[in-house]
Amino acid sequence: MLNYVWLSLMAIAIVAGAINGKLPEVTKAAFDMAETSVSIAFGLIGIMALWLGILKIAEESGLNTLLAKVIRPVSKRLFPEIPADHPAMASILLNLSANWLGLSNAATPFGLKAMEDLQTLNQDKEEASDAMVVFMGLNTAAITFIPATIIGVRLSLGSAAPQAIIATTIVAGLCATTTAIIVAKLLQRLPGFKRRQSGIDSGIEGGKKS
Amino acid sequence: MSETLSMVAGVISNLAIPLVMLLIVGYGFFKKVKVYEAFVEGAKGGFEVAIKIIPFLVAILVAIGMFRASGAMDFLIALISPATDLIGLPAEALPVAIMRPLSGSGSLGLVTEIMKTHGPDSFIGRLVSTMYGSTETTFYVLAVYFGSVGIKKTRHAVPTGLLADAAGLIGALVICKLVF
Repeated sequence: MLNYVWLSLMAIAIVAGAINGKLPEVTKAAFDMAETSVSIAFGLIGIMALWLGILKIAEESGLNTLLAKVIRPVSKRLFPEIPADHPAMASILLNLSANWLGLSNAATPFGLKAMEDLQTLNQDKEEASDAMVVFMGLNTAAITFIPATIIGVRLSLGSAAPQAIIATTIVAGLCATTTAIIVAKLLQRLPGFKRRQSGIDSGIEGGKKS
Repeated sequence: MSETLSMVAGVISNLAIPLVMLLIVGYGFFKKVKVYEAFVEGAKGGFEVAIKIIPFLVAILVAIGMFRASGAMDFLIALISPATDLIGLPAEALPVAIMRPLSGSGSLGLVTEIMKTHGPDSFIGRLVSTMYGSTETTFYVLAVYFGSVGIKKTRHAVPTGLLADAAGLIGALVICKLVF
């Protein structure tokens, strides 16, 4: 699917750029963004190291397992394939919490760790598991309880009530999150998206042992 | 009320990270983990992960950058606006809705521009603020997260992310119309 999205973005950009006479800008954007990507990745090294270090402590102390057990009542419904005390649950929880609090700096390292943990449970290493898609849905549709960035912008523009949008943001985020869960759970059963191997597409039974 | 809210929000965002760090390191120490060694051991992975995501970052950000620079947004807006007019989405807010799943900085720029023109406390200012806060940069997250572990077949992740975005944006419109 990303194949089509990617191809469409590029194809539309080149056609539209030609029609609008903006091909030089398109070329420049391509080179600029390639450079930006690397600075983003490099900028991530330190923060990634910091949180992976902290997470390692959580792992060795058993805090991860403890967290996973605490949220088990909710997580077993959302992620039936993840075993009760698996560390993936802790990194997922940390990633989502960081998103909820609007702490984007911490969210990415936790999220990438969560994907790594989920990948250890995944049978086909090249294909997304049901749990991964649910996690991605929760992540990209994340509710933000403290939309710090936008409050900052509103404040700087002289808003009389910069935080007036917190409640509406939470409601809209709830719509997105609910939809993400429902759609992910529905689509994972459809023939086009269902996993091919037997045993791992049936949720609870499939996740037990590999 | 609103002042208390923003104060609470401020305190939480300032305290959350130090508290989480203290809790994890403190609990580790309490459980007799060699915290320093464990930290260093874990931190070694930071470089590798950051380097591993470069190809995926380049791929998705270049495509999005080209798309933005080409002026294709205007075509897309013309294409979608009949439908969004129908549900009562203000014309100025549509670019934000399209840009949001593609680019965080791009959509923040649009939101800032709209608030500069119409005022942050106008209906549209509040609407686009809500829209910005209620969804994420879906494609970027999908590309980087899946890329980091070598997933090539994303199955239903893209439709899930996009439908959730759409629900968030429609939800933002509905709730803003009700409240503001």
